[in-house]
Amino acid sequence: MDNRNKGAAIEVDNIRKCFNGFCAVDGLSFSVEHGEVFGLLGPNGAGKSTLIRMLTTLIPPTSGAARVNGFDVARSPNDVRKCIGVIPQAMTSDLELTAEENMLIFAKLYGVPRERRRPAIESLLGAVDLLQWADKPVKNFSGGMRRRLEVARGLVHEPQIFFLDEPTTGLDPASRVGVWEMLMKLKKQRDLTILLTTHYMDEADKLCDRIAIVDHGKLVALDSPLKLKASIPGNNILEVSFSEVPDGWIDKLRGLPGVQSVKSDEHVFRINTDNGPQTTVAVMEVAREHRLEVTSLSVQSTTLDNVFMFYTGHQLRDALQEAPSMDSRFMYERR
Amino acid sequence: MHRILAIIDRDLRKFMRSPTLMFASMLFPLVQLVVLGYAFGGKIRELKVGIVDQDRGMPTVKLREMFEAVGANARTFETSDYTDLQQAMADLRNGRISAVLNIPPNFSRQALAKAVPEIALIEDNTDNFAAGALQGIFADLIATYNARGSVPRLSPTVTVSVVEVYPYVPYIQYLLPGTIVLAIFISAMIGGGIIFIDDKARGLHEGYLVTPITKLELILGFTLSGAAKAFMSGLVLTTMGSIIAGIAHPLEPIRLLKLLLVIVTTALALISMMFMLMVRVSDPLVPRAIFGVLNTLLFFPSGAVYPINGFPLWMKVISTIDPFTYAVHAFKSLLLKNTPLMAISGDLLYLSIFTTIMIFLATKLFRRTL
Ligand SMILES: Nc1ncnc2c1ncn2[C@@H]1O[C@H](COP(=O)(O)OP(=O)(O)O)[C@@H](O)[C@H]1O
Ligand SMILES: [Mg+2]
Repeated sequence: MDNRNKGAAIEVDNIRKCFNGFCAVDGLSFSVEHGEVFGLLGPNGAGKSTLIRMLTTLIPPTSGAARVNGFDVARSPNDVRKCIGVIPQAMTSDLELTAEENMLIFAKLYGVPRERRRPAIESLLGAVDLLQWADKPVKNFSGGMRRRLEVARGLVHEPQIFFLDEPTTGLDPASRVGVWEMLMKLKKQRDLTILLTTHYMDEADKLCDRIAIVDHGKLVALDSPLKLKASIPGNNILEVSFSEVPDGWIDKLRGLPGVQSVKSDEHVFRINTDNGPQTTVAVMEVAREHRLEVTSLSVQSTTLDNVFMFYTGHQLRDALQEAPSMDSRFMYERR
Repeated sequence: MHRILAIIDRDLRKFMRSPTLMFASMLFPLVQLVVLGYAFGGKIRELKVGIVDQDRGMPTVKLREMFEAVGANARTFETSDYTDLQQAMADLRNGRISAVLNIPPNFSRQALAKAVPEIALIEDNTDNFAAGALQGIFADLIATYNARGSVPRLSPTVTVSVVEVYPYVPYIQYLLPGTIVLAIFISAMIGGGIIFIDDKARGLHEGYLVTPITKLELILGFTLSGAAKAFMSGLVLTTMGSIIAGIAHPLEPIRLLKLLLVIVTTALALISMMFMLMVRVSDPLVPRAIFGVLNTLLFFPSGAVYPINGFPLWMKVISTIDPFTYAVHAFKSLLLKNTPLMAISGDLLYLSIFTTIMIFLATKLFRRTL
């Protein structure tokens, strides 16, 4: 059963993909260990899907190389295909077919021997909680159910490495949690290596052992969620705004106890601090001294959002509203 | 092999579960068969002919009696009398009548003098079909009049007697072979064109391409499933169309077997052509946009509605490479003449070679990557 290669599960070496001079993926390098859940976190258009497509042999890299389970994606694509499962970003189940039929077609496409097909499908549909829906047409499924079916479909040939492109984009919060739990369960049962992409902070935080933050095709930071959060100054974020802003106010704030850094965004000041309560009291006091009113104040612990902000200089939320990515051009349904 | 079967299995299941699509692909050709068949097939009747008799002699009266008798019997035309040529011409131009028969003042005198008398048929030639029909009838009438008329012909006349090898073929039957091919084509267009590109755009093919399937397996899977769907429309049109058009013994087993062979060959040729055309397309609008052009370009030059002999050279060139031509010819031979297989072996050969070339090109052009 254990036919993993000795090295890393996925090795990416300075890989690049350019479309007419524009590089969607611009020189990425990283490696993923066997059994790891690895997340690519980045806004729309960061190049996540393009990277996954190169790793899953769908598009050839412009330069650089990648090995999956020891096989070079450009030189031995068919060996790569045999040991990976892939869930593309778009929902691709056939709506007219039943859950079981959808699975069966892929079992055949992957060359699963006849006698193994039924048991494999049954156990996977059980694992994703769709057993009682096995013979219902997929058009009656909710988005979350369809996604779970696709996850099951991607595992029908027992791959060692599993690629998921934005597995929960467009799902309601409850369905997202459902998909997460199911992924974690499957990972434990099957000892999978998972590479997933997402633009949800909480998803990356909750699921991934390590996260690579990508922006404009480049690697911005790579570490475990904990270490990423610890890598930025302060462990609390204060967001505060005042009735008015006197000259040199930002420097006043920087001088307060515990403060690591301050950024201002119009009237809102974003203060990184290693002591939230102490800094909060100090802010209130300095405002009273200057007869300013504090119009809003919030204290949060550091999130990946702050990490993203710190490394890229812009917020993930803002980036999400950037131009729609290329692959939506002919995509009828993107959930 | 499993992989090819998987693709076919998936396609056919989807097809069977969307009956609307299935009916739509058969309905259009059936409607066209019935409407065109009756629109063009019927005899032209009740044209209005004005008669201006400026002579009023005995021979004229005889001539007019004959016209009126024919008009009343066959009801091809109705006559009305005019005294004034000007008035008749005005009505012709206004579309109140389709033709004017003018008998000049010296008609009787010429006839009696055994000279060559002349009458004139002035017609509204903007309608080719009506004008043609009238000309034919009047030529016949005059011939009859001459034969039993006052002037015995001394010069030897040549007559042709026409022997019809097959029973009379109404236009709807003439149209049937083309209609069957059209149904197969529409099915190929929907299955191999529109649905294929829609699936591609929805990312379904992305799902296939990450599996270890080969190019050839994919193409063969798509081609065979497309051909199976097209075969069904072809079969329905062949049986239902034959019954509607009144082909004699449409379900005779030996002929049906030969027909099945032609349906399969045609379906393969048209679906493989469609994949060859669509293999690099990704915009779902393309197959919809070229549907009409392709239909016109393949259907009309094939001899399905009008004999190829009447085409200008450039259209004859199209019809020589057009797979429709061979398919229509094969169906025509079997349905209208019930010929042996030998008579259509050339058609089957051409269609098979065409299919092989198309699959070869499609596989060459197909990209295993996005
Ligand atoms: N086939 C293509 N041709 C041209 N540009 C493309 C193509 N595919 C993707 N892009 C561009 O590359 C960038 C990254 O896209 P993508 O990898 O889909 O990002 P993400 O998945 O992170 O949202 C986008 O700007 C997109 O427009
Ligand atoms: Mg994407």
